[in-house]
Amino acid sequence: MLERIVTGAHYGLRDWLIQRVTAVVMALYALCMALYLLWLPKLNYDTWTALFSNNVVRSFTLLFLLGVYYHAWIGMRDIAMDYVKPAWIRLSIHVAVILALLMYVIWSVQILWGF
Amino acid sequence: MSPLRFRIYRYNPETDTAPYMQDYDLAIEAGEMMLLDAILLIKEQDDSLSLRKSCREGVCGSDAMNINGRNGLACITQLSGLKQPIELRPLPGLPVIRDLVVDMTQFFKQYHSIKPYLVNNDPPPETERLQSVSDRAELDGLYECILCGCCTTSCPSFWWNPDKFVGPAGLLQAYRFLADTRDQATAERLDNLEDPYRLFRCHTIMNCVDVCPKELNPTMAIGKIKDMMVKRTV
Repeated sequence: MLERIVTGAHYGLRDWLIQRVTAVVMALYALCMALYLLWLPKLNYDTWTALFSNNVVRSFTLLFLLGVYYHAWIGMRDIAMDYVKPAWIRLSIHVAVILALLMYVIWSVQILWGF
Repeated sequence: MSPLRFRIYRYNPETDTAPYMQDYDLAIEAGEMMLLDAILLIKEQDDSLSLRKSCREGVCGSDAMNINGRNGLACITQLSGLKQPIELRPLPGLPVIRDLVVDMTQFFKQYHSIKPYLVNNDPPPETERLQSVSDRAELDGLYECILCGCCTTSCPSFWWNPDKFVGPAGLLQAYRFLADTRDQATAERLDNLEDPYRLFRCHTIMNCVDVCPKELNPTMAIGKIKDMMVKRTV
């Protein structure tokens, strides 16, 4: 088959924007968490479990983790787009990354809510 | 007086199996001399050395090359400011035709792909299409590009995807027409760039801004294109 250069997928803006937004979410969460842990007089198993038994903390932690995973997806996809040329290997990497990240989402829920 | 030392990339595909670096000495005082003048003196010693040059004053953009690891125009690079041996190589990321001459086809293909001309379907006016002073000021920092290729060939995203990523020079020109109030093809131009490769391969590395001999800022232009896309989407 003749090799033609194919571009014009008509997407890209949303991923680029989401990467920026998730970066802000991650920065805010990391900052709040760091400040809270510094402010905490004593950090041990009890204070740690108490913190994560709070559903608000769990929810924001999940939001943060979802941000990490989406951010990671776009980053991993970009690396594959830059360096992996054969389309079928690139697609395989994309699928593997998506499946791994989906597993991480399930795992994160399990950890946070202790299922 | 110790001679000026040069190491120049040599490759003639008709006679050489592989590129090599050749040393040259020039018994001259650097003074106020520009690099291009020195290369032309070397060419007097060895007329097989090939390079492009024309205006010799930073306007035509022909003599773009990699000077001590950094892209620039030989004609406006002061000889005295360069560390010796002065290492000259062709622009990276493009096929070498011979010595310092590269094949810029890919670069110009990308440039043409953004339709670098005014699109206006109104009947032409009696005189010219006038702009207000502030509308005209929007084009400052955009129209000055001489298409030397220093920025695009220093961009890793262009090295990896020269066939798909427009590159900083092309994107700067894309914004030059997006920013032009006389142009009527804004939507088509944005559609043309809305692509994970064509525009979004830019990872804000900013090598383009670092090397531009005209001190232009393609990264800022790319940011403004993204701004326009965000505004039309949300």
